[in-house]
Amino acid sequence: MNSFTTKQIVATGIGAAVFIILSRFAAIPTGVPNTSIETAYAFLAFMAVLFGPITAGLIGLIGHALKDAILYGSPWWSWVIVSGFVGLGIGLVANRIRLEEGGLTTKKIILFNATQAVVQAIGWIVIAPVLDILIYAEPANKVFVQGAVAATSNILTVGVIGTLLLVTYAKTRSQAGSLKREA
Amino acid sequence: MKTIIEFDHFSFTYRSQSEPTLRHIHLSIQEGERVLIVGPSGSGKSTLAQCINGLIPFSYPGTWEGNVRINDMDARELSLFDRSKQIGTVLQDPDAQFVGLSVGEDIAFALENKRVARPEMSHIVERVAKLTDVDHLIDSRLNELSGGQRQRVALAGVLVEEADVLLFDEPLANLDPVAGSEAMALLDRLQRETGRTLIVVEHRIEDVLSIPFDRIIVMVDGTIIADDHPDAILSNDSLMNAFLREPLYVSAARWADIAVQPQDRPSDLETFVTRFEREPILTKLEEEAVTIHQPTSPLLELEHVQFHYHQEQPVLERIDATFEKGTLTTLVGQNGAGKSTLAKLLSGYKRVSSGTIRLNGEDITNQSIADRAKKVGFVLQNPNHMISKQTVHEEVRYGMQALGLSDEEESERLEQTLRRCGLYPFRNWPIQALSFGQKKRVTIASILVRQPDVLILDEPTAGQDYRHYSEIMDFLEALKQDGMTLLIITHDMHLVLEYSDQVCLLHGGRIRYAGDPLSLLLQENLLHHAHLKQTSLFTVARHLDVDVKPLLSAVIRAERKDRKQWQ
Amino acid sequence: MAVEMLGYIDKPSPVHRLTGTTKLIGFILFTTATMFTYDTRVLLVLGLFSIGLFSISQIRFKEVRFVLVFTAIFVLLNALAVYLFEPEQGVTIYETRHLWFEGIGRFTLTAEQAFYMFNLILKYSVIVPIAVLFLVTTHPTEFASSLNQIGVPYKVAFAVSLALRYIPDVQQDFRTIADAQAARGVAVTQGSLLKRARHSLQILIPLLFTSLERIETVSNAMDLRGFGADKKRTWYNQRAMTRIDYIAIGIALSLTVFSFIVTFYDGSRFYNPF
Repeated sequence: MNSFTTKQIVATGIGAAVFIILSRFAAIPTGVPNTSIETAYAFLAFMAVLFGPITAGLIGLIGHALKDAILYGSPWWSWVIVSGFVGLGIGLVANRIRLEEGGLTTKKIILFNATQAVVQAIGWIVIAPVLDILIYAEPANKVFVQGAVAATSNILTVGVIGTLLLVTYAKTRSQAGSLKREA
Repeated sequence: MKTIIEFDHFSFTYRSQSEPTLRHIHLSIQEGERVLIVGPSGSGKSTLAQCINGLIPFSYPGTWEGNVRINDMDARELSLFDRSKQIGTVLQDPDAQFVGLSVGEDIAFALENKRVARPEMSHIVERVAKLTDVDHLIDSRLNELSGGQRQRVALAGVLVEEADVLLFDEPLANLDPVAGSEAMALLDRLQRETGRTLIVVEHRIEDVLSIPFDRIIVMVDGTIIADDHPDAILSNDSLMNAFLREPLYVSAARWADIAVQPQDRPSDLETFVTRFEREPILTKLEEEAVTIHQPTSPLLELEHVQFHYHQEQPVLERIDATFEKGTLTTLVGQNGAGKSTLAKLLSGYKRVSSGTIRLNGEDITNQSIADRAKKVGFVLQNPNHMISKQTVHEEVRYGMQALGLSDEEESERLEQTLRRCGLYPFRNWPIQALSFGQKKRVTIASILVRQPDVLILDEPTAGQDYRHYSEIMDFLEALKQDGMTLLIITHDMHLVLEYSDQVCLLHGGRIRYAGDPLSLLLQENLLHHAHLKQTSLFTVARHLDVDVKPLLSAVIRAERKDRKQWQ
Repeated sequence: MAVEMLGYIDKPSPVHRLTGTTKLIGFILFTTATMFTYDTRVLLVLGLFSIGLFSISQIRFKEVRFVLVFTAIFVLLNALAVYLFEPEQGVTIYETRHLWFEGIGRFTLTAEQAFYMFNLILKYSVIVPIAVLFLVTTHPTEFASSLNQIGVPYKVAFAVSLALRYIPDVQQDFRTIADAQAARGVAVTQGSLLKRARHSLQILIPLLFTSLERIETVSNAMDLRGFGADKKRTWYNQRAMTRIDYIAIGIALSLTVFSFIVTFYDGSRFYNPF
């Protein structure tokens, strides 16, 4: 915990606030009931690359728990845990994608997407349903279908929007020294 | 006297940069001294402050040459935590410093980190809150405080540490003129009572010098170009060389050919004003022609406009106003008076609850935000809220999306606008590489490219030094000459006096005054509502018993002539 | 776009007077108990307790109605989904089958299914009032210190406090950015899915940069005021525990033990009346 820097703590707190606001206001309905494009997970994946596994894991946990609490009164713990897991998991691998060094290469983009797809698949198709069965004794086929839908939509969201966030961020880091005024 | 801070042959280069930001700094500050550090943006004055409070090298690493000693210890060997006990920093933006959920909690923040026990903690918080006059606000939350109160809370949060040195980074940047002068008076009193060392980094010299300083340090391009008593600094051309604005009464003296010498104490307005003599100034003023604003045709009209959220008290009530074509109107008033709400109603961000808005005689009250925004452009205060593309030309071009223009038309408008805004040479730059002022211009360009009839700007000059302030305002004035109608939210008196044809004062959700700026500044009771203050030129005019209007325009004209030399 | 969110509601009640730590411990114990049990008797006891506590707190139904209505809809929809996917889940659980209606195809109605769904709904009905109560009777300034006191590292606890501090600011940022984009004709609520996703990026990117800048300023401000230098910290808003706190924790603890004993003494978390 001692290596948890002030910046990472602040990133956790403000990141959780952004996660909450995005879940509340920036979810795009897909037309399929109970399924929307959760831009919050694209943001979460981005923060995982920038600030690492602990920060992103906590953003997922705190952000999701507070969101549920503030909006529905009670956190739905099984899915809260998965949000934390997704942040942590992406952060563990993607933390090696050092955006500051050598820009964002195709290799890094592939690594990022492979990681997020695997982590989210495990999270939404394995952990979430199993917890739902254990805690709430819900029927297996219901929770696995829900999990599969969430996995597909979130993997696509992170794959498209999350990747674009990374690309945009990396571009803005380009060296000011190389810039010239043009006539 | 003991030396508390010492820079010796000091240079610093940020890790991400190739050129040093500070070069060969020699500086020593004695215990109990009051030091004012001035310089334009990019001069390194904030970097110097960060070297003092320890953010450099702990948060911003880089190459460090020479020595910095604090209380006779090598600065690099002190941790940020050690440093925080010796140097208390009040940041430019008091909101960012406010990390607690309530005033009491925020003031106690540093004590919590030092593991002070609870009973003792409440005791200290109460005492310090009294000292900065926020003791009645202990349980309040941030959004319940005015700008001045926020800053006093930030100050209290630093005072609990009993540091020997108090460092203020642009304390006036976020305050209106009245709150600003109150803040300076509080600093004056605190310093006198406690004898602590006071370091203020600012570029608004007239406002800061409302309290006495022992020294002014002038910085340009990472070096110290002058380090002397305020009287000496004001008597030579150091401020001019640093592109800074002298106090207006000093400019007035130069215009009136009155010698400014250290022995006349130019840093003290009350003393120095006696140097002005009536007769020669009257003669000079006779040569000045005062321009009077000629009414043109009304462009934007508001009739009985009212706005409220749900069932709550109205935020704006019975607003009647007219904005003429090709004029610049400033919108003044305290925080929460309804200035931003009015701007949002005009630009379609919010819908009026009742009343009518007309543009060129056409009723536009119920148009959608997208339609309204084609005619009334709104430039937000924070450019980061608007910018969503990577390069300058992409961002400006994106402003035209949904206008249904052909590609050729888009390209033509794009080039024209970029040239107009002086951004053409930077068109392929990533926006994040631009300075704050340039970013601001990108956001203005992305609105101008839509060719609106009215341009509304929220605090376009906030946080800008004199040179950038003048650049932005001269640019806006040129737009006005071309027929653009401008509406600017501000609490900058200079802007109101120098550039606006009309000023609207909002107070408690109503327009209390609309008309000539100068007449507003001559009415004490209205000024109080506006939270504005008379500038030093009013003191000079009163002393001489002359009309302030010609004096004002004479000094403004003289200043503009001086600014020409910068290019 | 006015949003109703749950927040602290000030009332002079004994529940409010309990320290945040007590309420947090109570909340955790109570939720754990409800989470594990499917025993109808236990759920009914816990439910009565939760209603009783609600009335002591002086919070009126009206003040939290929007959340309760919202949750009720969610719970009913979820129950419907459970039925649609597995109309005989109850039969699997209780291992008997008392058919009420033949229904259409696989959509039968059995006594076991009805009882299972009754329990499912009951479970939420018990948990939600307590969770809501915890939120509206605990002042946000007490959150962080309470978390820290029950063993959460203070840095994590402080991050929670920061999240609460910055929700309004981020919401303000979000709205301003969305408005500025709407003024350019960018509408996130219209067009094809791909178009909406692209438009949402127009809001996400400015929000991202604004937030990164905020993170930098705030962390500097905290560093300058000595945050994180020590292994521990004290809390201005922490209140001392009193007798009533210990009594409350005692009650919560016994309730939890009771619930676990009744639930598991026969080796199953379900109460089987069949």
